[in-house]
Amino acid sequence: MNPKRLYAVVLRQFYLMRGSLSRVLPLFAWVTVDIALWGFLTRYLNSVADSGFSFVTTLLGAVLLWDFFMRVMQGVTMAFFEDVWSRNFLNFFASPLTIWDYLGGLVASSIATSSIGLAAMLLLAGLAFGLSFAAYGVMFVPFLLILFIFGIALGVMATALVLRLGPASEWFVWPIPALIAPFAGVFYPVAVLPRWMQLFARVLPPAYVFESMRTIVLHRSPGAWPVLAGAGLAVLYLAAGCWIFARTYRYAVRTGLIARYSAESVS
Amino acid sequence: MEKMLEVRDLRKTFGAVAAVDGISFEVSPGEIVGLLGPNGAGKTTTISMILGILEPSGGEILIEDRGHMNFAAVYAPLPGNLTVAENLRVFGLIYGVENFRERLEELLKQFDLAKYRNTKAGLLSSGEQTRLCLAKAMLNKPQLLLLDEPTASLDPSIAREIRAEIKDFTVRGRGAVLWTSHNMHEVEEVCDRVLFLSHGKILLEGDPKVLPQRHGKKTLEDLFVAVAREPLSL
Repeated sequence: MNPKRLYAVVLRQFYLMRGSLSRVLPLFAWVTVDIALWGFLTRYLNSVADSGFSFVTTLLGAVLLWDFFMRVMQGVTMAFFEDVWSRNFLNFFASPLTIWDYLGGLVASSIATSSIGLAAMLLLAGLAFGLSFAAYGVMFVPFLLILFIFGIALGVMATALVLRLGPASEWFVWPIPALIAPFAGVFYPVAVLPRWMQLFARVLPPAYVFESMRTIVLHRSPGAWPVLAGAGLAVLYLAAGCWIFARTYRYAVRTGLIARYSAESVS
Repeated sequence: MEKMLEVRDLRKTFGAVAAVDGISFEVSPGEIVGLLGPNGAGKTTTISMILGILEPSGGEILIEDRGHMNFAAVYAPLPGNLTVAENLRVFGLIYGVENFRERLEELLKQFDLAKYRNTKAGLLSSGEQTRLCLAKAMLNKPQLLLLDEPTASLDPSIAREIRAEIKDFTVRGRGAVLWTSHNMHEVEEVCDRVLFLSHGKILLEGDPKVLPQRHGKKTLEDLFVAVAREPLSL
């Protein structure tokens, strides 16, 4: 991976953002809406429930972490789509830029954009709804890391899908987080799911994060195992994502997909 | 003489169709070689394989210095949502251009783009966009330049200037150019040698000023039409 070329991919995204309100605004707008909506809901639930259970740290914390995961994934896919929409593949891939420089650039762009979103969410959730991440202790860091790695992995897999099936298939990408959410136990314990759904949950890194988060909120220790399992799975997904992308790129070069990509002639 | 590009028995098949069928040629420093032929003859497929974005089914492509190769194609515009200077900066990093600021000023002047430095590429006319693509192609001071219909969208005046730039690149800079075009007058003016492709094979090869007479045609355009319509008659 060449740092200058990786930086070129990031710089291209920065130039796009710098000149475009419609690209900058979504970094803040949707997370603000989400935090506001769930913030008020948790405040209401806290007022009517008499159990002493903190809906803020459970539900609002889950929303924040889930939004972060989605921003990471979309950070990768959006940066990729910019090259799809501007028909830039030929210029990029007919240059000394390697796919690893390119993927590295997409990931670095995603780190930047998702960090901005995360900062906005933390600020709003803390100031407006009193969410303190001290409640999760030091585990907050591995939680973020697991979700970040899994978000990158899914983003890379999603770009491979679009590279393989063509620009029109971008509509397969947007619902991916929504399809995963019911299995990942974002808002409820995995134990409430039917048996077959629990099996899926076991292979999803976010399920380990949200289960551990709820355990901590109940003042119990989740232990190291769930976090290690989640991290291990996330790394496996990342390795699989990179392998799938490399295979797809190789296929695209062999069949001429890359050469024809700009023509929108692929199905 | 050393060769900047050597292609040996290059093949590309898509299923049962041979898009490029065992072609061999070379391009030397200071030489402009025209790759001609009707649509579907295999020109762009050949260029794509040389660029590395399409894997050959067989044969060899030997490039003297891949780091000093670049290209411009009518179907590969630079991102329209970046300004002229931003586009060149991004590709300057990708091609590892030294002293980028100096090189940027040279290219903006050379391709008459200085006044559009902060204009988004998508707002440029097609001729200006072509000049931007050519500026990008010259960023890394290439020794081998692949140009796929570089003047297709230019008015005759600008096209003449671009041809002069490319000619200068080969005469003074000793660069090598592989050029595809459907404009036979342009090819006659610019190319030192032409290769006529038909159905993925090289049908004819030679000096564009001599080749038509050798095959009983008045002009290169007549020869092109014959290659396109009656290749077996040649």
